[in-house]
Amino acid sequence: MLSTRLSTAAFAAVIAFAASGSALAQKKYDTGATDTEIKIGNIMPYSGPASAYGVIGKTEEAYFKMINANGGINGRKINFVTYDDGYSPPKAVEQVRKLVESDEVLVVFNPLGTPSNTAIQKYLNAKKVPQLFVATGATKWNDPKGFPWTMGWQPSYQSEAQIYAKYLIKEKPNAKVAILYQNDDFGKDYLKGLKDGFGAKASMIVAEESYETSEPTIDSHIVKLKATGADTFINIATPKFAAQAIKKIAEIDWKPLHLLTNVSASVGGVMKPAGYENSQGIISAAYAKDGADPQWDNDPGMKKFLAFLEKHHPEGNKIDGSVVYGYGAAQTLAKVLEMCGDNLTRENVMKQAASLKDFEPDTLLPGVKINTSASDFAPISQLQLMRFKGEKWELFGEIMSGDVSN
Amino acid sequence: MSAATEDAVTEAPAVEAVPKRAMTLGLGTSLAVLAALVIAPLFVKNFIIFQMTMLLIYALAVLALNILTGGSGQFSLGQSAFYAVGAYTSAILMEHVGMNYALTLPIAGIICFAFGFVFGQPALRLSGVYLALATFALAVAMPQLLKLGFFEHWTGGVQGLVVTKPDAPFGLKMSQDMWLYYFTLAISIGIYVASVNLLRSRSGRAFMAIRDNEIAASAMGVNVALYKTLAFGVSAGITGIAGGLGAIAVQFVAPDGYTITLAISLFLGMVVGGVGWLPGSIVGSAFIIFVPNIAESISKGLSGAVFGVLLFIVIFLVPHGARQVAIVAQQLIGKLRKG
Amino acid sequence: MELFTNQVLAGIATGAIYACMALAVVMIYQAIDHLNFAQGEMAMFSTFISWQLMQWGIPYWWAFLLTLIISFAGGILIERLLFKPLAKAPVLTNVAGFIALFAIVNSVAGLTWDFTIKQYPTPFGSSPFLGSQLISTHQAGMIGVTVGLLIALYLFFQFTRIGLAMRAAAALPESARLVGVNTSWMIALGWGMASAIGAIAGILIAPVVFLEPNMMGGVLIYGFAAAVLGGLTSPLGAVLGGFLVGVFENLAGTYIPGVGNELKLPIALALIITVLVVKPAGLMGRPIVKRV
Repeated sequence: MLSTRLSTAAFAAVIAFAASGSALAQKKYDTGATDTEIKIGNIMPYSGPASAYGVIGKTEEAYFKMINANGGINGRKINFVTYDDGYSPPKAVEQVRKLVESDEVLVVFNPLGTPSNTAIQKYLNAKKVPQLFVATGATKWNDPKGFPWTMGWQPSYQSEAQIYAKYLIKEKPNAKVAILYQNDDFGKDYLKGLKDGFGAKASMIVAEESYETSEPTIDSHIVKLKATGADTFINIATPKFAAQAIKKIAEIDWKPLHLLTNVSASVGGVMKPAGYENSQGIISAAYAKDGADPQWDNDPGMKKFLAFLEKHHPEGNKIDGSVVYGYGAAQTLAKVLEMCGDNLTRENVMKQAASLKDFEPDTLLPGVKINTSASDFAPISQLQLMRFKGEKWELFGEIMSGDVSN
Repeated sequence: MSAATEDAVTEAPAVEAVPKRAMTLGLGTSLAVLAALVIAPLFVKNFIIFQMTMLLIYALAVLALNILTGGSGQFSLGQSAFYAVGAYTSAILMEHVGMNYALTLPIAGIICFAFGFVFGQPALRLSGVYLALATFALAVAMPQLLKLGFFEHWTGGVQGLVVTKPDAPFGLKMSQDMWLYYFTLAISIGIYVASVNLLRSRSGRAFMAIRDNEIAASAMGVNVALYKTLAFGVSAGITGIAGGLGAIAVQFVAPDGYTITLAISLFLGMVVGGVGWLPGSIVGSAFIIFVPNIAESISKGLSGAVFGVLLFIVIFLVPHGARQVAIVAQQLIGKLRKG
Repeated sequence: MELFTNQVLAGIATGAIYACMALAVVMIYQAIDHLNFAQGEMAMFSTFISWQLMQWGIPYWWAFLLTLIISFAGGILIERLLFKPLAKAPVLTNVAGFIALFAIVNSVAGLTWDFTIKQYPTPFGSSPFLGSQLISTHQAGMIGVTVGLLIALYLFFQFTRIGLAMRAAAALPESARLVGVNTSWMIALGWGMASAIGAIAGILIAPVVFLEPNMMGGVLIYGFAAAVLGGLTSPLGAVLGGFLVGVFENLAGTYIPGVGNELKLPIALALIITVLVVKPAGLMGRPIVKRV
């Protein structure tokens, strides 16, 4: 293939150039970058079972449109090419190959889903194309040695789970814990994190139940978990099922200490539909601000976010956690590209992505900062515990770091 | 229940009769298609070659469904299950046992043949809607079975298995994609020729007799039970080989890749290609690969709706699928020759 | 023992959801003689319409009534526009049409109302029913409505001219035409009624599972299973099938050691297939005798 050979040649030239130690003032490009344009690729489940997350891609598209309207990054417009993979790994491979070989993008940014990302990881690393800020919380993305071209973004599921385990060991050492988890990579990762976190105290877990997303309701699981006599409930579910669980627990008059994963800790998307009265006292952890939470009304970062929604992304629903997510991820990429300056090679993009220092996107909690290094490919690794009270989350305790090595 | 309340129904066959000669293409057309398939990869990018490989793989799976439905008149919404078993068989043999990829395919085929043959037993008692539900159940159950903790050591559970892509053998100077394409093409041609011959053989005539009128077929001495289960077995076996090839081409297997969506796609492929017309399989396969991409390029937010509208347009224009186009074309050519 | 009772009660409550959907499935089967894969999506869309009407300030019962009318008309419209032209096409082509309709409805709902879950009100309240915390008043109300609907359907199909004509049109179109039944409009009417019943099902189900574009995906699988188990020609069978599936699924999930919980649905489906192998027309369906 001519184009591959060319890019390999360019890559070799870059290395030679960097080694010679000369200044980086000169403009340098890989496939996908020119004087006027930077081409960014992305895949999202716009159709199929996970289509709720398609919002992330649409928000990112709107964000880059805003950047272009404001003059672009270092004078270059962003050309955001996003394709539908329907949450199916074979389709993800097809679409990513199209992005790399046909559209010739500089980086593949924020592809969504653990299965899809696993399917394309080997290919992108072999091609030396950055697989940047993947939209999944699996722990395996932080592996700079094995996969130097892959980097995560959000805190890993396992590190979040460990924070809950530590909290319980400290605050409720005699807890009898019942766990409900979604039977997929997301649920299993949390479960592993919890078990690792409890460590020697794993006997605190008295019951674990899994559910499938094809089930219309999860009532039966809740009834079964209540019957175990557990006094603590950990809810590892996606928004719809998390809300069902909150509501059912209230209906059957079970009053456990309720811990809810960050994935579903959305005021507008979960707590409100489940009923505020049913949600009181639920504990969760967060790294981003909640668009529906009134406590951020005067926050400068969130004001920027809301202004963006109003002007550039009117169909985006501010209570949808995915909108907040897409904004934060897109802002992180914009920062990295800005740092790249005129050296828009794939290698430099990875290098800059791995040198973020205390970067704070508008939508992250105060105090949560993005830090990366050549050996740390987990950009966000801090979370803060919070408790639901009235109609909003109240943050408590310190900002905790939950880095989990692979 | 009294006899008076029983319905006496003369059921129209669910699948219309296709004469066996009309199930294939003429020699000239076949050679032209073959030539195009052989030469095309030399002029396109690796990514297109990959797409063409997937095209052949799905065409094989559609062909398998066509043998079952178009050949023996049995309906299946469960082909994704056989595809998954084939894919996992190949992936597990390659990654855990270290077997050569080419050797895993016949094993995948045999295992799926057995699986299909066994599944065909209860299916014998069911027809129409009931068979649809039974096969649908199989497709729904498969991803859950693959996730089961019990098999996790082999299947990788929810995380799936990453498969290594093979290099071209004998020191051939060929990219992995191109080698895999020609490898798949060779297998596809082999299976296509075998399928055509199968349907022309004694067994094929038995399949079609069952499709057209089961009771009459049985009266003529066709062992209905045997041939119906055999059709399931053959169909599952071919689907399994397609699944194995798919695993090698995509380099990854995971439960999320083999959901009911895949079974529905394959079914749509068969309808669009023309039920019972084997060459239509590749047209149907092209439809399920490329039309979603077209729909998406028209509108991201409404890609599903655009896909639905395109599908409606196709079935309005040609309710019998690509076969109808082929028949019309044939008549036109015939007229031109006469005129 | 307490767990057993609780699971049975929870199963009945969930079973009411399946029973509701199964009724709509039977309705369309009576009218067109096959299953409509887009039925769940149509019900979801109807439910969104009623939700939208309420957002605009229309009171619950008016919104409910309006939705039924819109759904009925919508069902007829879909049949006239999309499926009447396919009447002569092979059955499998029609099935492809259902799949296309599914994709269209789901995608349009997603774009119009997005994918965040929405709370849907219930007129029955959600306090415990008769002191049992396992069945809420909403679920009891749902069972009540399902049974009422069942009786109404039974009377309609057994005793009204139009109901009989509809059954005749689906079962033996040729003969029905000979005795003067307008079979084409019977099919359209069936679509309308199935769509309206689907709307009721959606409106009853939404308070339990929350309203969102994918809410019916799982429900439809269970609805089909329940209808097929009970017998596709029998509304009573469909409702019984719904409750049976709900209860059996819960018991399998609770008491089958090891794999029960993870394989609830496959086990339930396997049981249904076993029943079908023994009784191919379902529990309450009329056996079909074939003539050569």
